[in-house]
Amino acid sequence: MLIAIGSLALMGLALGAVLGTAARYLAVEGNAIEAELKDMLPGSQCGQCGYVGCAQAAAALAKGEAAPTLCPPGGKAVAEALAAKLGVKVDLSAVADNGPQLALVAEEICIGCCRCLKACPTDAIVGAAKQIHNVIREACTGCAACVDRCPTAAMSLVPVPVSLQHWVWPKPAPA
Amino acid sequence: MKDFVLMMIGAALVNNVILARFLGLCSFMGVTTRIDTAAGMGLATTFVITVSSMADWAVQHYLLDAYGLGYLRTVTFILVIASAVQFTEMTIKKVSPTLFQMLGIYLPLITTNCAVLGVALLLVEGHLSFIGATLFAFASSLGYSLVMVIFAGLRERLALVQVPRLFAGPPIAFIVASLLAMAFMGFSGISTG
Amino acid sequence: MGFFERIFREPRWGVHPDNHKRPAADAPLRVLPPPARLYLPLHQHVGGAARPVVLVGQKVLKGQLLAEAQGNISAPIHAPVSGTVAAIGEVTAPHPSGLGFAAISIDSDGEGRWIETEPALDPFALAPEEIARRTAAAGVVGLGGATFPAAVKFALGKRLAVSTLIVNGGECEPYLSSDDRIMRDHADQVVDGARIVMHAIGAREALVGIEDNKPEAIAAMQKAAAAYPEVKIRPVPARYPMGSDKQLIQTLTGKEVPADARAAEVGVLVHNVSTCAAVHQAIRLGRPLVERIVTINGGAVARPGNIFAPLGTLADELLAFCGLKETPARLILGGPMMGTPLLHGKVPLVKGASGILAFDAREAAVPKAGPCIRCGSCTQACPMGLLPLEMAARIRAGDLDGAVDFALSDCIACGCCAYVCPSHIPLVQYFSHAKGELAARERARLRTEAAKRLAEARLARLARESREKAAAAARRKAERDAAKAKAAARAEGAPA
Repeated sequence: MLIAIGSLALMGLALGAVLGTAARYLAVEGNAIEAELKDMLPGSQCGQCGYVGCAQAAAALAKGEAAPTLCPPGGKAVAEALAAKLGVKVDLSAVADNGPQLALVAEEICIGCCRCLKACPTDAIVGAAKQIHNVIREACTGCAACVDRCPTAAMSLVPVPVSLQHWVWPKPAPA
Repeated sequence: MKDFVLMMIGAALVNNVILARFLGLCSFMGVTTRIDTAAGMGLATTFVITVSSMADWAVQHYLLDAYGLGYLRTVTFILVIASAVQFTEMTIKKVSPTLFQMLGIYLPLITTNCAVLGVALLLVEGHLSFIGATLFAFASSLGYSLVMVIFAGLRERLALVQVPRLFAGPPIAFIVASLLAMAFMGFSGISTG
Repeated sequence: MGFFERIFREPRWGVHPDNHKRPAADAPLRVLPPPARLYLPLHQHVGGAARPVVLVGQKVLKGQLLAEAQGNISAPIHAPVSGTVAAIGEVTAPHPSGLGFAAISIDSDGEGRWIETEPALDPFALAPEEIARRTAAAGVVGLGGATFPAAVKFALGKRLAVSTLIVNGGECEPYLSSDDRIMRDHADQVVDGARIVMHAIGAREALVGIEDNKPEAIAAMQKAAAAYPEVKIRPVPARYPMGSDKQLIQTLTGKEVPADARAAEVGVLVHNVSTCAAVHQAIRLGRPLVERIVTINGGAVARPGNIFAPLGTLADELLAFCGLKETPARLILGGPMMGTPLLHGKVPLVKGASGILAFDAREAAVPKAGPCIRCGSCTQACPMGLLPLEMAARIRAGDLDGAVDFALSDCIACGCCAYVCPSHIPLVQYFSHAKGELAARERARLRTEAAKRLAEARLARLARESREKAAAAARRKAERDAAKAKAAARAEGAPA
């Protein structure tokens, strides 16, 4: 009886000591995959995913708390890349719906208050006080950070119009 | 020498851990969606089985047999296996965060992977020498890895074909697994020949 | 040609569809009277769209510049008739989407007065650069369908010291015979154009590859080239896609163009026969590319044949000129294998359009696709040596990267695989879809990267601004303190 208890305790202690030493040598600072995930996100810190910024979103992804489809400005492409990195399957149909979007200023109601300029994470809105603002299409990520800031609801998101260069053949219907 | 070779072939192919003894089926179905994940799982399990079997042999001979503590076998073996798994987990997390992420819950679950405990218990039943036990454990785990990679390859191809909706997903995977098991039955001809 | 010779010469790739070229190819060339209104798209070539240089209401002469080239790879557009610029707006593009693109419309005055041209009496006295300049100014692009600006190719050939010019008279697409017709009727122009191109790129010889199902064209070209030993007429076996440049180069020279290289890098340059004729027109007569020969064919056409028509003519007008037996079940711009399906006939004739096909219901029937039986017919037919079945399976499962690993980017979308597929799987549509998706993904990636750069620049700006604000505040505080100290000193000194 004593031998049994003693030997088990001894084994436990010995193995614990080995693991403790190993843990010291194999310690990982931070989560390496988190940094990789953060690089894949747009980095505009727009907060649409519900996290404060892209770093926090990456951390949540790494922990498995958030779905790879969390990033609306990144769209399908980012969701696919994240899913591949995390080795999980995602339903991309939910992301594909609205497609890429752009912010648009309704010029007849814009009062030139400059609030949207300050909210834009990519400096995509130009304008000055009491002047009608405008969106630089190439710089806009469609993150919607400006939409809620507008006191006159002059900001809206519109889908990027399909052009000849952007048109994609539809996938054939399955047989 | 000839005995060792025959024993290893027997352990890896004829009495394959997964397809003949039906051990370790949860990881067999769980992490075989991609070849690289399956290969990673195979490597990790090979390491755990080999190391823990060596340690278990030592525990069995110098502790359990020596002091007549045979009734503690399962407990001590699990203790050794769990430690080996912990060690593997730390190593993988350090070396390949991506593989760590992909194996997910299945990595700590190697502890309860019946293939690991199964091989250790088979060793004891077989009354093998230390070298024999090490080779037997290594060959068994190689057989495990081989089947994991083959099945992952099959499932990768399976993902590309149009399966009738009734069979899509796990049903067709189980059917393929059964066909693979039948194919491995062909190896049993080696032992009688 | 003996039986065995034929077997050994026959390439292993490609397919042999019924060519349906006759009787359209044998019908004499007809000239379309210029329609009342023409629509000249600004983007009829590979590269940047041209920029309009005329105003609405302006009178233009035939051959007058309407829009100038914009960017390194681009081509200008000229007026195909004399008349008035009616509008600058949108027309339906010859594109499967049916989307619109910018075009200049011109009301013809019916006189067809040419603008003053600058003919070169002896092109071989001109410097090669001057020939390239004039070709570019004439808006000549590859007329085989690729519509790559010809002058850009000249410069490339000159730079890479190309020794052989290959003149593409393959015209392997069924139904089409516009190149056949130009070789029969204007063989002298083609040969002269080829010699001018040789001079422009510094090539020593020109190989004219003509499929052996066009004996009349071969005879006409041999007669026209008899005086010029450097221009060699080479009949090639009729096999689709012989008119694709990589396949033609391999058949004529035995050289294989590497996957990631251009034809010029193996020492050859390919130009279409129609392009050569256009170069002849541009250099000898100084006439820009404003008209072309187009094949009107298909089961729904009453009098199929080749029409010499001004660019910008609507497909409907061309079809009406040839007469329709019935309402076409499908309209195609180009050939049946690689052409573009048109949603309706209100689409202008563009530079790269070698034919307009109006199919009757029997020709347009699309059999229902079945599952892949892995017969491997498509791998045998693929002229690029790819595995279409593997690529399509991956694309169907959504694994685009897997398809790229099977060299999707080398696919020339010739349609051989879909043609031979016994299950009638629309393989080319899978590949077109995947290529479009990959391009969209690449655009999204670039966009994400740009957004990241912009966000970082903004953070840097905010940091700099707050630093500057703090520095300014500190400076003001220091000034205030100094002023205070001075005032205090003065106050102390004053009573004394």
